[in-house]
Amino acid sequence: MEMFDLSIIWAVIIGFGVIMYVLMDGFDLGIGILFPFAPDEDARDVMMNSVAPVWDGNETWLVLGGAGLLGAFPLVYSVFLPALYIGVFLLLAGLIFRGIAFEFRFKSRRNRRWWNRAFCWGSAVAAFAQGAVVGAYIQGFSVENFVYTGGALDWLTPFSVLTGLGLMAGYALLGATWLIMKSEGYIQEWAYKITPMLLAAVLIVFAIISLWTPFIDELVWERWFGQLRFIWIFPALALLCAFIVFRSVQHKREGVPFVATVGIYVFTYLGLIFSKWPVIVPPNYTLWDAASAPESQLFLLIGVLFVIPVVLTYTAWTYWVFRGKVRVGEGYH
Amino acid sequence: MELDPLMLSRIQFAFVVCFHTIFPVFTIGLASYIALLHGLFFKTQNPAWDRLALFWTRVFAVVFAMGVVSGIVMSFQFGTNWSNFSLAASNFIGPVLSYEVVTAFFLEAAFLGILLFGRGKVPEGVHLFAATMVAVGTFISAFWILAANSWMHTPAGVELIDNRFHVTSWSAAIFNPSFPYRFAHMAVASFITGGFVVAGVSAWFLLRGRDVTANRRALSMCLWLLMVLTPAQAVIGDYHGLNTLEHQPTKVAAMEGHWETSGNVPLLLFAIPDQQAQENHFEVGIPNLASMILTHTLDGEIPGISEVSPEEQPPVALVFWSFRVMVGIGLVMIAVAFAGLLLRRRARVYENTLYLKVLVGMIATPFLAVLAGWIVTESGRAPWLVYGMMTHAEGLTPSLTGGMALFSLTGYVLVYAMVFYAGIYYLTRVVRNGMLPHEARAEVDPDADRPKRPLSAAHTPFDDDVEPVRS
Repeated sequence: MEMFDLSIIWAVIIGFGVIMYVLMDGFDLGIGILFPFAPDEDARDVMMNSVAPVWDGNETWLVLGGAGLLGAFPLVYSVFLPALYIGVFLLLAGLIFRGIAFEFRFKSRRNRRWWNRAFCWGSAVAAFAQGAVVGAYIQGFSVENFVYTGGALDWLTPFSVLTGLGLMAGYALLGATWLIMKSEGYIQEWAYKITPMLLAAVLIVFAIISLWTPFIDELVWERWFGQLRFIWIFPALALLCAFIVFRSVQHKREGVPFVATVGIYVFTYLGLIFSKWPVIVPPNYTLWDAASAPESQLFLLIGVLFVIPVVLTYTAWTYWVFRGKVRVGEGYH
Repeated sequence: MELDPLMLSRIQFAFVVCFHTIFPVFTIGLASYIALLHGLFFKTQNPAWDRLALFWTRVFAVVFAMGVVSGIVMSFQFGTNWSNFSLAASNFIGPVLSYEVVTAFFLEAAFLGILLFGRGKVPEGVHLFAATMVAVGTFISAFWILAANSWMHTPAGVELIDNRFHVTSWSAAIFNPSFPYRFAHMAVASFITGGFVVAGVSAWFLLRGRDVTANRRALSMCLWLLMVLTPAQAVIGDYHGLNTLEHQPTKVAAMEGHWETSGNVPLLLFAIPDQQAQENHFEVGIPNLASMILTHTLDGEIPGISEVSPEEQPPVALVFWSFRVMVGIGLVMIAVAFAGLLLRRRARVYENTLYLKVLVGMIATPFLAVLAGWIVTESGRAPWLVYGMMTHAEGLTPSLTGGMALFSLTGYVLVYAMVFYAGIYYLTRVVRNGMLPHEARAEVDPDADRPKRPLSAAHTPFDDDVEPVRS
């Protein structure tokens, strides 16, 4: 396979899977984080109904990404998971609890309070754990001879706590703008009210992380202040999107805030990728070091290229069927 | 006491995989049964088949959802606790496990939705096709998982270069020597599990005089199926054992509690294996029978456990007793299936209260047998993770400490205890609700055009204070 670099094809596939996951599970995790602050129980019904038909499809991308990593970049799998051992457990426990809460909250009245809590805490813990993973990735891992050699809590630093909280705020922002699009009346008013506050929180964390990161990683310093000047376009575009979110909320636009928030994510993500490329297990291993054998990558590629269009079609169809506003008392059960 | 991350990781993996296994082992059998019910309805248009299909599809939805939730945890276990193994074996294990995920998603995207929510929306033939594809898909998933697992027992088609397995032949690696036996044994186990659960639940309804016509049909079908499959499973198990004797003789020796290589080996009915003394206490056995079963001659020589040094021996007592639990349950199953045939000849099978109660009691036994069987084969492989090539200790995550492993093990036990308590409680309610009175094919779910998740197919409320959505 000299014609194609399979590792690059796989990097693109997994990179696509990660951003799909972050955006799609992001807004439904955000709904969970906002849950305890909702105006009333009716609003919570609407919030949950607005994501109930799509959330498990959203999590498809997480499992696809995890399996794809083991198949295509096993070093990522075998370094990240031991290094983030405690975080991975918290992430899974969080996702399980909120998943079960989705199913049982509507089928129960007496215990609804407990399902509400499971939904909120599960979402919040999962979001924090994912943000901490991003922080840990930026910090890098102590790896010798392809084996993680650090301790159980090396990932837990002030920096990763900040990225964890930042992603919680970011997901809450996605959730709030999603709710603007999907709700009406007093629920939408509430979403309009909280969006600027969440946006401000996200921007503050975003600024601190951006200033901090070049001091953590020499490669990033080199990229940003060395030869790669075009990289500044990404934070500029992300800030532009943030401005659009702010303006569109003032003008009570319904769809624009969500789309612009997605823009913030995409440009931040691209900025991060261009800061690190092609290092996939920082600080020392590139995606070619992390790759599995070419014949294994090819064997799996055939199946994945077949299934991704199917999953995308199904996803698009699901969102299409479920388009439009969710109203109080209107049941998705 | 120093906490041993290796032992804790093995316990954790055993715990999460045992919890996970009970769901797919049931859904594989049940999916085929549902497809059959759809086929029968399609052919005869008898509403009894349709009502049975609807009821069991609701049960399927809940069990399937729990299988998916517990499966997500599984896909991370390899990396968190067995990272050296994951990296070393990734060239083979990675694509094979990913293909399982890919198959499962393809299925869920394309056919599961139609099976669960397509009733009345798509033509009956399409519905039948979707049901069949879901059944086929569960087998494809099992195919990939068992290919990976069998390869760890009888590795083939790979070479080990610089601590990494490289695939030299995909077909040799996937269709490795123990794969056909393991796949057949597990597939039949799934059908038997489905058969005993459906038979037990039908018997429970018959004892209460509910939906007598439909449940009689279901019970009758299951009893025919079990009468064929329970003895067939004994034969398949025997072949599987012979295959194991060829490739993993130490495991078979542990199953028989046979320490020293010799001929004229008795079949032990009872013994307390003592690993330290390398011998058994309180042996009770049938002379020459193990030789007969394993070599098909009365004095056939069977290699003993002591052929390998004590460090390379599996935990004999665990393997020995798990094997007896599995075989013991299997024999009881055969007896129950044939008792059904005798009662049927006198046309009393549906009225015999004692027999129906026995069937209800049998519901849990196939799950116990499956778990016992997996304990035999998995702990019988110890200390090898990839047999003859990589040990458990070599596959373990090097950075893992005993404290971390204890933390996650405790956590998984707590999470599973809560979540699956809710799940099993809910499943019991769905079953007790039974077939709903006005369920007929003409009725169309008002939300039918909405995308849904598996559990939405079960309309049963969680508490008594919420009315069922469908009345």
